[in-house]
Amino acid sequence: MKEFFFNITWIIPVFPFLAFLIIILFTQGNKKLSHSLSIGSMVLSWLVGWGVVFSAIATPHLGEHPIHKSIPWFETGTTTFDIGYWIDPLMAIALFMVPFVCLMIFIYSVGYMGYGTDEVDPHYSRFFGYIALFATGMLGLVISENLLTLFMSWEIMGLCSYLLIGFWFEKNYADPNKITPRQAGLKAFLVTKIGDIFLVLGIIYLYSQAGTLSYADTLFNHEFLAHLAETPALPIFGGWSAASAIALLIFGGAVGKSAQFPLHVWLPDAMEGPTPVSALIHAATMVSAGVFLVARIFPLLNIVVELEQHNPTMGLIAFIGAFTAIFASIIALSQNDIKGVLAFSTISQLGYMIAALGIGAYVAATFHLITHAFFKALLFMGSGSVIIGTHHTQDMMQLGGLRKKMPKTFWTFLAGGLALSGFPLITAGFWSKDEILAHAWEEFMHYGTASWPFFVWLLLTIAAFLTAFYTARQISLTFLGKPRSDHAEHAHETPNTMTLPLIMLAFFAITLGWVGIPEEIVGQGNNWFHAFVGHEYDPTPLSIPVMLLSSGLAVGGLGLGWLVYGRKPLEAGQMDPLQKGMEKVRLGWLYKAMQKRFYFDEIYKAIFINGSIKLADIFYNFDYNWVINPIVNGVGAVTRGISNIFNKFDDKAIDGLVNFTGLSSVKLSELGGITDLKVVDGIVNGIADVTGWIGENVFRPIQTGKVQNYLLILLISMLAIIGIYLVY
Amino acid sequence: MVPVLVFAAISLVTLGGAIAVVTNKNILHSAYFLVLAFVGVASVYVLLEAPFIAVIQVLIYIGAIAILIIFAIMLTRRLMSKDMEERNQQWIWAALGALLLFGVLGWLVYNANWPVIEAAVPKEPITLMGEELLSTYVVPFEIASVLLLAALVGSILIGREKDQESRSAE
Amino acid sequence: MSIPLSWFLVLAAALFSIGLYGVLSRRNAIGILMGIELMLNAVNINLVAFWRYIDPVKMTGQIFALFVFTVAAAEVAVGLALVIAIYRNRDTVVVEEIDLLKE
Repeated sequence: MKEFFFNITWIIPVFPFLAFLIIILFTQGNKKLSHSLSIGSMVLSWLVGWGVVFSAIATPHLGEHPIHKSIPWFETGTTTFDIGYWIDPLMAIALFMVPFVCLMIFIYSVGYMGYGTDEVDPHYSRFFGYIALFATGMLGLVISENLLTLFMSWEIMGLCSYLLIGFWFEKNYADPNKITPRQAGLKAFLVTKIGDIFLVLGIIYLYSQAGTLSYADTLFNHEFLAHLAETPALPIFGGWSAASAIALLIFGGAVGKSAQFPLHVWLPDAMEGPTPVSALIHAATMVSAGVFLVARIFPLLNIVVELEQHNPTMGLIAFIGAFTAIFASIIALSQNDIKGVLAFSTISQLGYMIAALGIGAYVAATFHLITHAFFKALLFMGSGSVIIGTHHTQDMMQLGGLRKKMPKTFWTFLAGGLALSGFPLITAGFWSKDEILAHAWEEFMHYGTASWPFFVWLLLTIAAFLTAFYTARQISLTFLGKPRSDHAEHAHETPNTMTLPLIMLAFFAITLGWVGIPEEIVGQGNNWFHAFVGHEYDPTPLSIPVMLLSSGLAVGGLGLGWLVYGRKPLEAGQMDPLQKGMEKVRLGWLYKAMQKRFYFDEIYKAIFINGSIKLADIFYNFDYNWVINPIVNGVGAVTRGISNIFNKFDDKAIDGLVNFTGLSSVKLSELGGITDLKVVDGIVNGIADVTGWIGENVFRPIQTGKVQNYLLILLISMLAIIGIYLVY
Repeated sequence: MVPVLVFAAISLVTLGGAIAVVTNKNILHSAYFLVLAFVGVASVYVLLEAPFIAVIQVLIYIGAIAILIIFAIMLTRRLMSKDMEERNQQWIWAALGALLLFGVLGWLVYNANWPVIEAAVPKEPITLMGEELLSTYVVPFEIASVLLLAALVGSILIGREKDQESRSAE
Repeated sequence: MSIPLSWFLVLAAALFSIGLYGVLSRRNAIGILMGIELMLNAVNINLVAFWRYIDPVKMTGQIFALFVFTVAAAEVAVGLALVIAIYRNRDTVVVEEIDLLKE
């Protein structure tokens, strides 16, 4: 049975790909068929996927002996590249999450895109085709057996992100500063492309060292990794080892795809896409691909640590992750758009995972990746439910009081929000976030305060508090109190196709954490998640102070948020209390900066875009006004001057001669002219008349002026000549 | 048997695509079928054990030329309305001429004695090609670059907007 | 080698003829250019087929095909620039209306 599932692993991404082809080519006119194909293919992928997952779980020592199979695909020179699948614990865990979350979102999209109502989206079928293609990319990435197919799937997802963010490409806004879906799609594509350049460089570098890209021979080959750690990198990397350099370059791809600082600017604007897209791509799967990638190359990072060397790449990864985590959570405090808060929350949580990988907490990061996918997708889908229920109101300042009007949405959103804040013991988010903090604490105790782990622990702790605070803010503003606008007043619960997936995801948001409870609590050897995924790493020891601290932060943050926003809910038109408070202590400018996302978009525009335009202007002027044209014109002027001199010479000297010759000729010709007039002219005129007749009536019609006629005549003549040649 | 079937399928796709290119009323659809024909030709190259040429075909013809053609179609879209006849008045003669040409060529192909040899493809074709390009065929190689430069400059000059003069006044 | 050389040559001849028909009978200038591209592809098939069957040891056939690619690309670029320039000037891409060669 297990063998059966392992042998058909390759088919998991094929189902949605076939659905994509059929929908785009043939069934765009039929909405029901399109969504059925899409959802059907996802059901198949989910069933096969979970078959593989549970077979993998039932395989002992999967971590030490991953199962993989590949077939040769193409060769260039002396290398053959393969295409195949690779089953190990990381892949199994991701495969548990991805098809299920995708399926939930696909079902949700039926309701969100308005099937069966008057407001059904006119491009309904195309949407389902695109999300099927996206699922192909993500599933392909998860089962990939080598870095080449991983990169291909990575790029497919990048394309789908562009297509789906810009799905409503016809939408235009009156305010020129508000980004349109078209522009947002381009922005996402281009910014992640910058990260992709580093990823490609990393892959090429690895290939140049290894001669192959398959995991079996590179990332999971201990001798090779040790060799890489010993080899010094290219001079541009200073004294680093090749392993660190390659890991750094590949990490660049993750920075772009997972929206880490400084390439985070595309994710908030990506909210212009439909909410299922935000849930699918920008919360649960595509952005997790960056974290998945870093987890995949974790052996490359770990080998340097193992050989007791300093690994600067891990320090950089930890810094970027922790910085992003806190920076994004600060911005999230001030966002008024319901999806904006969640976007920055995603960036912040991804920062958590990246920081965890940076301090070596592989198991914790993976755990948080999976739990986060579930509750973040849940939160986005909940916000989508709110948006549809209130006739497309996204500004939280206009919502309120939705608890009574949309109860299913409220309770599931609450579950997701509690999980995100890390509410103690009963939510998945608590166990995964706590493990990261515990690991950071343990490393910090080990290395002291002048080390990365301390920095990471401090920032992540503060970010945890802020996360709970802004989550309570979001829930209070949206659901508690009284409605602050007409749309909120007349809100209604959304259909079952939308609320049922919410309920199912909420179930996992609560229970999934229980598979990773530390051993000290559930008994030796019963931390199932750790045993499966992180067999070769020591488990993080349970730290009661940290657990109490994270519980305190979560409850404290939630409580404070409720105190500020929930106990005396805002009336319509009232200013955000945080804003009011900050303005009172002369920090109003800071609040404004937070709302404007710390002006990153403006800074990038000034440096890169305006800079490029200025540079182009300089080159243009160099060409046209300053250098090239003046030279060319100068040469022209000189030439003209020379020819003027010759002209004068011509005028005076030559012309005199010519004129004299002309006069004598005139006299001679006058004699001959008489003869000419009488006799010769008669003959000539006759000939001319005949020729004219032939030209007018024979040759003129042939010259149609149309090249194609000429070509045809050419062809026929040529065939005639060939015919004559062949016959004789 | 299998190679014959594969060849038949590829020929069908290529020639079918080509016929669609030259007979389709909608010029944009013609362009799409052109891409299909190019894909077919790339498959022919793979069949002929020249994978490098196949990749170049995809890159240059589909990736650059077909895209360029689609751009040009979109820039000149306004004029070809949907019910405009796309064949000119000499099409019958053109068809007959083309058919005749095909007949002549086919006859030539069958009656010629091709000096076919049964040799294997070199082990490292790309290395060999690179060496030859830079030694035996270096002159055409350099001239090709000059040609491309000329085409680049030429097409920019021909295709640019005429109000460049007013810009330099700024 | 189970497919005889002549099959490839006939395929190329067919493609060439189809392209030729396109050149001679299409009204849209870009349609004519597409016909030219088909003809050039046919030439390339011939070259590569000859390379494979008659002299696979040296890479001459493939190199020649490479040069044809280059020339085709250059020609398409200039050709389309011309079409666009004419379109701007005379507001048409129908070649029958561009008959300045007419007497």
